[in-house]
Amino acid sequence: MAKMQEQTMIEITNLSCRYGSNEIFKGVNLKIEKGIFAGIVGPNGSGKTTLIKSMLGVIKPTKGKVYVNGGLVKSRHPSKIGYIPQLEAIEWDFPVTVEQAVMMGRYNKMGIFPWPNKEDKRIVRSVLERLGIIQYINHHIKTLSGGEQQRVFLARALASEPELLILDEPTSGVDLKTQHDILHFLLTLNKKGITIILITHDLNAVAAHLPWIICFNKGIIAQGMPEDVFKPEILKKTYNADVTVLRSGGLILMANAKPLNTDD
Amino acid sequence: MIEFFITPLKYEFIVHGIIAGALIGILCGIIGVYIVLRGMSYIGHGLSHAAFGGAVIGYISSVNLYIAAGIWGLLSALLINLITRGKKIKADAAIGIVTTASFALGVALISRIRRFTKNLEAVLFGNILGVTTEDLLIIGAVTLIVIIVFFFLYKQMLFVTFDPESASVYGIRVNWIDTIFSTLLAASIIVSLQVLGVTLIAAAIIIPASTARLLTNNFHKMFILSIIISIFTSIAGIYASFYLNAASGATIVLLGAAIFTIVLIQNYIHRKILEHEHEHVHSHGDIIHHHKHLDKEEHRHEHEDKNSSLE
Repeated sequence: MAKMQEQTMIEITNLSCRYGSNEIFKGVNLKIEKGIFAGIVGPNGSGKTTLIKSMLGVIKPTKGKVYVNGGLVKSRHPSKIGYIPQLEAIEWDFPVTVEQAVMMGRYNKMGIFPWPNKEDKRIVRSVLERLGIIQYINHHIKTLSGGEQQRVFLARALASEPELLILDEPTSGVDLKTQHDILHFLLTLNKKGITIILITHDLNAVAAHLPWIICFNKGIIAQGMPEDVFKPEILKKTYNADVTVLRSGGLILMANAKPLNTDD
Repeated sequence: MIEFFITPLKYEFIVHGIIAGALIGILCGIIGVYIVLRGMSYIGHGLSHAAFGGAVIGYISSVNLYIAAGIWGLLSALLINLITRGKKIKADAAIGIVTTASFALGVALISRIRRFTKNLEAVLFGNILGVTTEDLLIIGAVTLIVIIVFFFLYKQMLFVTFDPESASVYGIRVNWIDTIFSTLLAASIIVSLQVLGVTLIAAAIIIPASTARLLTNNFHKMFILSIIISIFTSIAGIYASFYLNAASGATIVLLGAAIFTIVLIQNYIHRKILEHEHEHVHSHGDIIHHHKHLDKEEHRHEHEDKNSSLE
């Protein structure tokens, strides 16, 4: 097991997780190749958040093992992961400026002194510039808009110079244009060789635009390219509901097959 | 005027008290920042009560007060951590149970031994009269350790306080940091017990940091301001305690509360003025915006769609 193929980013074997007495999933096996840009989709309560938290080492599995980049994930993470939590999970009233929040991504690379060196400052500035939020460098994080706030945490992840990015619902709570901008930006990062995994509940706006999809509901239902995975039978298994899939040119649209009948 | 400052210094106990006050000011200023930002105010309150139980047991069994209170406080902190790790019992409930039971034990033991009552008031409300050279050395040692640890763990403490889950992903040993913090918190409370008093110590920790929080949205500035305010209120409070002949813990807390109130009112007035006078009107093409600037530190006139396209 220790000798893994070099092209594997994540290998999960026979993974079981529980929360208290509540079993979330068991016996999950999953392999994710390096360089992939994958979206994990599934309904609420399907365990997709637990799955990525086990990759992050935040949740201890009851059984099974998670390897990231060839290293076994334990409580402290060994690997170069940039993690972007859900915006709702951030305490926005906390007194940090944009620069201070992004600098946290450099902490494990900084020396023993509390202050950053020139190189750390330069990297933080350049990441903020790339993301178009350099003008807010000294602003309190709370004063930014939703899309800008999302970029602050993307910047923090990039400042750590990661090989793998994990994002928890990165596009919830931001408008359509920002959603598109963020996905587009992630795609450019992916082309530069960063492996990206995100979870999303949004099939149309997010998942349909990703190169690789993993359908998850207490286990892997299917994985593949959107056109191969987004089929009514697979989506029914994933969501326990009938889903209609419409294809129009390169576009895939999914909707609940049973609209509410207001005549009843 | 100079007389005012010099006169008390003729007494050795006041000099001791002022040195102790300055050191405790540093301790409370540093610890308070994290206590306030983590929403752990109640734990400071609780730990001092827990330490009281330990101090009484130490007194009865003739063990050194600091050691007894220290072991007791540390055990309480670890026990609270243990209870909350199961996630069913929240921190405030766990603190309430462990520390109040501890305090109750102390009270029960004292009420059996009448001869302790004279010192009881000092332990509850703070008294600088009895600060010995040995006490000063102990307070000084703890202050030095706190300064050194918080200097080298400044980054880690900030990250863990802001976003513990991400901190662990980014390679910080969150459990270690939490344990170190709890230990130093307990140590700080125990060495401050004599000057600040069991019942007033929590306020002395919380007030300077809360005042600093009102003054800035920048963590580094908040950290520095908290220490400055805390040292000032400690020393000034001890002077006041001398002239008013009141308990030192009480004067320090009252002075801190007064400063907090002034800053709070100033903040409120400032915001009201901004709301009234700073309505901002500008336009983008056909769209005219009216909006109020509530924030006093930043004045953003950009809009979301501007500068928003990524690479």
